[in-house]
Amino acid sequence: MDNEKNMNKVLDEFTSGDYKYGFYTDIETEMAPKGLNEDTVRFISAKKNEPGWMLEYRLKAYRHWLKLSEPDWAHVHYPKIDFQDIIYYAAPKKKKQLENLDEVDPELLDTFSKLGISLDEQKMLAGVAVDAVIDSVSVKTTFQDTLAKHGIIFCSISEAIQEHPDLVKKHLGSVVPHTDNYYAALNAAVFSDGSFCYIPKGVRCPIELSTYFRINAANTGQFERTLLVADDNSYVSYLEGCTAPQRDENQLHAAVVEIIAMENAEVKYSTVQNWYPGNKEGKGGIYNFVTKRGACRGNFSKISWTQVETGSAITWKYPSCILMGDNSVGEFYSVAVTNNYQQADTGTKMIHLGKNTKSTIISKGISAGKSNNSYRGLVRVSKRADNARNFSQCDSLLLGDKCGAHTFPYIKTANKSAVVEHEATTSKISEDQLFYCRQRGIDREKAIGLIVNGYAKEVLNKLPMEFAVEAQKLLAITLEGSVG
Amino acid sequence: MPKKTENILQDNILEYYRENESVLNSGLLDSAKNIKEEAFSFLTNNKLPDNKDEKWRNTDLSSIYSQKLTLDCQAEKYDKSIDEIFVCEVHGFESLKFSMLNGWFYSPDNEKIKVFENGLVVGSMIEAQKQFPEIFEKYFNSVIEENRHGLIAANSLLANDGLFVYVPDNLVVDDSVQLIKMLNREENLFVNSRNLIILGKNSKLSFLHCDDSINHSPGFLNTVTEIVVCENAHLHLNKLQNLNDSTSMVNSTFINQYENSNITVNVITYNGGLIRNELKVNMLGQGSHADLNGIYLMDKSQHIDNQVFVNHAVPNCSSSELFKGVLDNRSSGVFNGYIFVGRNAQNTSAFQQNNNILMSSDAKIDTQPFLEIYADDVKCSHGATVGQLDTEALFYMKQRGIGDSDARLLLMFAFTAEVTSKINIEALRLSIEDMIKKRLRGELSICDKCVLHCSVPDMPPEFDIDLSKI
Repeated sequence: MDNEKNMNKVLDEFTSGDYKYGFYTDIETEMAPKGLNEDTVRFISAKKNEPGWMLEYRLKAYRHWLKLSEPDWAHVHYPKIDFQDIIYYAAPKKKKQLENLDEVDPELLDTFSKLGISLDEQKMLAGVAVDAVIDSVSVKTTFQDTLAKHGIIFCSISEAIQEHPDLVKKHLGSVVPHTDNYYAALNAAVFSDGSFCYIPKGVRCPIELSTYFRINAANTGQFERTLLVADDNSYVSYLEGCTAPQRDENQLHAAVVEIIAMENAEVKYSTVQNWYPGNKEGKGGIYNFVTKRGACRGNFSKISWTQVETGSAITWKYPSCILMGDNSVGEFYSVAVTNNYQQADTGTKMIHLGKNTKSTIISKGISAGKSNNSYRGLVRVSKRADNARNFSQCDSLLLGDKCGAHTFPYIKTANKSAVVEHEATTSKISEDQLFYCRQRGIDREKAIGLIVNGYAKEVLNKLPMEFAVEAQKLLAITLEGSVG
Repeated sequence: MPKKTENILQDNILEYYRENESVLNSGLLDSAKNIKEEAFSFLTNNKLPDNKDEKWRNTDLSSIYSQKLTLDCQAEKYDKSIDEIFVCEVHGFESLKFSMLNGWFYSPDNEKIKVFENGLVVGSMIEAQKQFPEIFEKYFNSVIEENRHGLIAANSLLANDGLFVYVPDNLVVDDSVQLIKMLNREENLFVNSRNLIILGKNSKLSFLHCDDSINHSPGFLNTVTEIVVCENAHLHLNKLQNLNDSTSMVNSTFINQYENSNITVNVITYNGGLIRNELKVNMLGQGSHADLNGIYLMDKSQHIDNQVFVNHAVPNCSSSELFKGVLDNRSSGVFNGYIFVGRNAQNTSAFQQNNNILMSSDAKIDTQPFLEIYADDVKCSHGATVGQLDTEALFYMKQRGIGDSDARLLLMFAFTAEVTSKINIEALRLSIEDMIKKRLRGELSICDKCVLHCSVPDMPPEFDIDLSKI
């Protein structure tokens, strides 16, 4: 209510008076007014105290966005988004502090315990005041020290804009330019925060980097921007996302992730995405429209994407690799699970530009309930990419007769020395396997969980250890109640 | 500077129709007239497909649209015997031959439709409309998905003639029916023709459809073929395409299949400037099977585009697609296979495969093997590969004294053999294999005469290889 009042006040001020300057003087407001115009962009930039070049960049993106129209080629259906009905900037949300776990939604707690999250962690994730147990600040500082010792920069992107403007200026938008697509343009104009990571030459990052360690990571908002630069001969493994269900009611998430791998550098990017998928009737849920792209700039560089997608009402996501350097390698491992009314259109793009480049795509789709799950991928071998090699495997598993599983691969080859292979299968869960499990006293639901996990093993194996365990449990939870 | 010349063809079509409406509509049944009217309004409101459309992204017709093409709404007046311009025979291949010249049914003795003793009817579409109006009205325009794109509307609007084949119930046609379509004009002709093939219950037909250029002048062929395969009927359709390098063709074939019917379609593309084959199979009856295959051998700056759509609308059907291509020089290829399995189509088995070999560094291939599946009890798989000849196999053969070119030829021949082996008529298969061999050797670029005439083999294709060394 307070927020609403506050907003109305702002709106009133905004629409009634001479708001040209009033807008800026009102810099203490928590929220930008609803809607998007140049002033919103200026407001966000001012709020974050950004230098002029950043504002210019945002405005350029905004002006370009105005010229674009929403893409409609994906195999998803949803009511049209009113981009003027969105609040583009909200200062870190003040969650209501709960006194103890009794006040937390029991369903949420149930999920937590199924995921095997410790009680203390549960408290933190559910927003219960945690004082002593996990001191996230100290956790954070410990890691910050380790990273600093190696010269690794890992901070929020707003901080990086202030502290390392040269690096940001050089790389921001160099992989996903603001002209790339509708949502990338929108993100470039209004991104609220995100992560920035720079691994210097010759450094092998000693720990798995995770947004979890960044104190403000939980509140980065709907327009997240991640920029990851791995300089020559470096290595980093980056974990994105929180593995606990985020009961976020925000409708639209349009994030951009950019990765740059220089000579001989290797970046491993793992995601477990489980945003709110909407309820069983398909109401609510997140629209997850994400542009993720990595550029293998240097020779012998490697970028590997691993994703487990179980959440979001609509997923529209194609983590891609541009293999520019000779002998560079791109990998994409994905498990996408949809249940109830979820819709996912996800896949990858492998653009072979350099010589002797290699790419591997393993995609496992699982559809249940009334959901639709599509793999859409592009493998392009350009004329100069001699000896390019690609192998793609896209399997779909159908649980139930009301869901859909689709495969839309695009293969474009313009080089005679390329070897490109694509194979895909679609089938339902094997009755024989099910029978075998049932025969041995495993109930139907558990049996299906087992079989599905076995089916997705190839991808789950690529996840870092702690992620893999949770991802496996997550699969079981997502599919809960989908078989009967 | 001339103005941008994008839609010359579209305006041409509409204008031409307006001017010649009475000629084009004369003698038509009312239902056929209505179809033309609908097509006219569709074309007034919609543009011809261009590469802004997702399905046409990789096939660019803009150069054709910007040309001044000649339209002709009068049947070809040709006073010579058709045999003077082409002779078409495959050694040992008996067929009932029918021909079309520049889009019009052509018969030297002016017999427009032939009713055989066993009840088989083959002839001109115009004549079929007069003599068999019930059959015509029942099936004409029933198979095509209504005005699927501008070129189909253009065909509905301008095509008056074509081949009509009616196989009555329970008739097994022993001889193959062969249609030879020729393009023989000096002008840049825009030819629209419309074929209708009906197979009654329990019938069987083997049909050979040849598209040929007689001379080297350019042209644009826009062909629509509707095929109805009734319960328990068998159709074996072979398409041979051998057009000159300056001719373009958009060939749309729509097939409706009913209970327990069985079809095999082989599309063999030897030559042609730009060829797009759209093949759409609707499986409307349970227990039916479709076997769809293709070979394309392109070189120079030719372009081939195969669009194959299989709609599994009912349970217990199976389909298989196998398309293979060799692309040389600056040629480009597109394959888009689309398997759609509807909500009810349980127990479907669908298979799709596209393999390509790129011979030159300027050749290109875009392949899109799509699956869209809404039923859970299905077995669907697809595969697509782009690669070169197996270097190990090459090495093996060279090691045993087979020259490099022979070894390559042998491998390529084996590559295409997987498709040619599906051709049911042996004489035809041998002839096609021989053609492919010649084509791969570069001995045969543009045929001056009918494609099948070029090859009179009396034994299986031979390679000049000393087998004793192997």
